[in-house]
Amino acid sequence: MFSGQPRSLRRSLAIQLVVLAAVLAIGLYLAVLYSAQRASQATMDAILGAATLSMASNLRATDQGVRIDLSPSTLSMLSATGQERLFYRFAIDGQVLSGYQDLPVLALPSPAVTPVFYDGSYRGAELRLATVSRALMLDGTLTPVQVIVGHTRDGQRRIAAQLAQNAAIFGLLLFLLSIPLSLVSAGNLLRPIRTIAQAVGRRGAHDLRPVRQPAPTELLPLVGALNAFIARLKAAFHHTETFLAEAAHHIRTPLATLRSEGELLLRTTEDDSQRQHIRRMIRSADECARSAGQLLEHATILYRAEQLEQTEIDLRTLTARMVERFRTIAEMREMSFTLSLPDTACPIQADQVLLEAALRNLLDNAIKYAPSETDIHVTLTQPGTGYRLCVRDHGPGIGGVPTAQLVRRFQRGLAAEHIVGAGLGLTIVQEVAETLGGSFSITDATGGGACATLELPQG
Amino acid sequence: MRNTRIATRLGALALVLAQILAQPGGAQSFTIDKDTWFGAPQARQTLEIIATADTELFAPVINAYIAQNPDLRIRYSEAPSIDTHIAITEAGAQFDLVISSAMDLQIKLANDGFAAPIAPSGAESLPDWARWRDLVFSVAQEPAVLIVHDSVLRAGHAIPRSRHDLIDLLRENPQMFDGRIGTYDPVTSGVGYMFATQDARATDSFWRLSEVLGRLNARLFCCSFDMLEAVRAGELLMAYNVIGSYAATHLDADDPVHLIELQDYTLTLLRTALVPINARAPQQGVDFLSFMLSEQGRRLIAEAARLPPVDVLEFLNAPHLRPIQLDPGLLTGLDQQIRQQFLNEWTAAMEQP
Repeated sequence: MFSGQPRSLRRSLAIQLVVLAAVLAIGLYLAVLYSAQRASQATMDAILGAATLSMASNLRATDQGVRIDLSPSTLSMLSATGQERLFYRFAIDGQVLSGYQDLPVLALPSPAVTPVFYDGSYRGAELRLATVSRALMLDGTLTPVQVIVGHTRDGQRRIAAQLAQNAAIFGLLLFLLSIPLSLVSAGNLLRPIRTIAQAVGRRGAHDLRPVRQPAPTELLPLVGALNAFIARLKAAFHHTETFLAEAAHHIRTPLATLRSEGELLLRTTEDDSQRQHIRRMIRSADECARSAGQLLEHATILYRAEQLEQTEIDLRTLTARMVERFRTIAEMREMSFTLSLPDTACPIQADQVLLEAALRNLLDNAIKYAPSETDIHVTLTQPGTGYRLCVRDHGPGIGGVPTAQLVRRFQRGLAAEHIVGAGLGLTIVQEVAETLGGSFSITDATGGGACATLELPQG
Repeated sequence: MRNTRIATRLGALALVLAQILAQPGGAQSFTIDKDTWFGAPQARQTLEIIATADTELFAPVINAYIAQNPDLRIRYSEAPSIDTHIAITEAGAQFDLVISSAMDLQIKLANDGFAAPIAPSGAESLPDWARWRDLVFSVAQEPAVLIVHDSVLRAGHAIPRSRHDLIDLLRENPQMFDGRIGTYDPVTSGVGYMFATQDARATDSFWRLSEVLGRLNARLFCCSFDMLEAVRAGELLMAYNVIGSYAATHLDADDPVHLIELQDYTLTLLRTALVPINARAPQQGVDFLSFMLSEQGRRLIAEAARLPPVDVLEFLNAPHLRPIQLDPGLLTGLDQQIRQQFLNEWTAAMEQP
C-alpha cells in the first residue's frame, strides 16, 4: 500500500506544527501592519484635516479679493512626522488662486465644514489629500473657495512597516522556537508507542503473553487488537503443538509393539531374505520412533519456552553430567569424549529442561554424525559475561551449508542420509538458544569435522 | 519718489514670481554670473555645480577635491538664487549639484520632486534640523549679523545687544543714521526676503524696526557684499542682516567694522546642497557633497572658504543662534499671494511718514 519510505508520524506531526507556526507568524505580521497603518492613518488624517480646516478658516474676503494667510507653522507641522513632501492649492471654481495648479482633485465639489480625504499621485509621490471649502462674500456673492492640502505619508508607512517588521521578527522567533518544541512534543506524544514496541520486540521467540505495558487511551484499541491477536496465535500454536505431542505419543506406543513383534519375528525366521526385510522394517520403526520422540521433545521445548522456569544452574556440572550420560553410547561406537571445563562453577539463570534438551541434542548429533573411533571435544569457556559451549566432532562436516538452513525443521545435512533422525535436533538447539537469549551456530571446523557452538548469557 | 520705485519693482517681481511658480510655460532663460572650470581640461570625468556663493569662496574646496581626483574637472556656475531655481525647473539645465543659501528655494526644489534621493557619507552626522529627507543637506551655517562701523562707538554709543537696543539707538539718533543704514531689499533679494519673513515670524519688533528704517531712509541692497563694502567705506554706519560669513571673508583685521550677533536672537541660514533629479553625473555630485561633509571638507569650508560648517555645539554654546527651519514651512514664503501680502505690509511699514 505504501511505497518508498514509510510515513513518520513524528515528522508529519512536527511539520504540521511548524506550518501552523509559520502561518501564525505571517498572520501576526499582516495583522500588525494592517492595524498600525489603520491607526497611524487615522491620526495623520486628523492632523491633515485640522490643518486644512485652519487654512480654510484663515481665508478672508477683502476688497482686492481673497486674502490667503498661510502659516509656516502649519506647513511645518504637516511635514514633520516623516519630513513629508507637501502640496496645497486654493481655488475658486477650478481657478487657482495660489499653490500647485494641477494637484489631483475630487470629482465631487469640496464639502464645507468637514474635510474629505482621498489618495492621489502627484509629481512622483503618493499623496494623502484633504479638501474643504469655505464660502466667502466676494463682490456681493457668496463664493466657495476650495482648499486642498496633500502630503506624502512616508513616515507613517515607515513606522507601520517598522512595527510590522518587529512583529514579524517576533513571529519568526516564535516560529524558530516552535521547531524544536514541536519535535520534542511529537516525540513525547509518540513515546508510549515506542515503549510498547520495544517491550514486544524484546520478547523471546515463544513469549506469547499479552502486552501489559500501560498505554494511553488512544493506543488502547491497538494494544487490545495486538493482545487479541497474540491470544489467537497462542491458541493456534497450542493446538498444533498439543496435536503433535499427542500424535507422537500415539505413534510411539504402537511402534514399540511393532518393533518387539518384529524382533520376535526375526528370531523365529530362518530365511535370510525374509530376515533382511524384517531388519529393514525394525530399522524404519526405530527411525519413526525417534522422530516421534523428537517431535515430542520439540513440542515440550516450545511449551516450556512459553512458561520459562528459570533457576540457577551450574552449567559446568550440567555439561559434565550430560557428557557422562552419553559416554556409554559413545563407547559402544568406539568414540571418546574429551571434556574441557573451566576451573570454577559456571552459574546460569535458565530453564534446566531446556538446557538439558539442547545439550542432549548436541551430543547426540555429534555421536551420530561422526565416524567411529574418533574423538569428540566438548569445551566450555567463559568469554566475557556469557558462556560458550563448543562441541566438535571429526565427522564429514557440514559442507559449508549455513546454520540457518541446518536448523530448519526437518532439514537434514548432507551427511545424514544413512542416519536415523527426523531433522529436529538442531532445530531444538536453536530454539533453546533463542528462548534463553543466546545464539547457536554450526560451522565446518578447520582440519575436518563440524563445530557446533552454543552461546548463552549468564542470566 | 520711492513709492513709485517700490511699486515698479513690486510689479516686476510679481511677474518674475508668476513665472517661477507657474507650473506650465515654455523654457525660461536664466543668468549665470560667472562660469569657471577647474581641473585639467583633458580630465575624463566632469562635475557641474551651480551655486549662489562666490566662486572664490568655494575655489579652495574645489581645488583640494580635484587634487584628490585628478581625472575630474569641475564647472562652477555662479548664479543668483532665483536663476538657479529657474535653471533646474523651467530651463531643465543639467547640473550635478546645487549649492544655495536660498533655503526656501532649495526646499521647493526638493518638495516638488526636482531633487534626487541620495545618501552621501557623512550625512548621518548631520543633525535633523540640518537636512531634509534624503534630499537636502546643509554644508554650512551662516548667522545673519549686524555690522557696525567703528565711528558709532567712537561717538560714544554702546553696541546694541538686541533689536530693542537697535531700535532705541536709531530712534534717538535720527540725524546720525539718516540715510546711513542699510539692509537687504526683500523685493529683489531672495535671502533678504527670507530673513524678513523669518524676522516677522520671530519677533514683533520687526515691524517697528521696519518703520524706523523707513523713517531713516534706509538704503536697500541686493547683496551682503555690497552692504559690507558700504560700511567699510564709511558710507553706512550700520547694516542689518548681513550674512556673517561674507564679513569674515572680506574684512581685514584692521577694518573699522564690528560684527554683532544680536542676543535676542540671530537667524542662522543653512547653506544647503542637493543633487537634481536630471543630473548627468549624479554620483559625482554625491561624492563631492560627501567630501564637503567629511572631516577634511568641513575643515576646508571653515578655514579656506571661511564658512562655518554645521556644528551642533555652536547652538548649544550660543543659545541666541536660531537655525532657520529647513522644512516645507518655507514654502509659504514662496506663495505668490503670501509674498505679495508680506511685501505690501513691509512696504507700508517702510513708507511711514
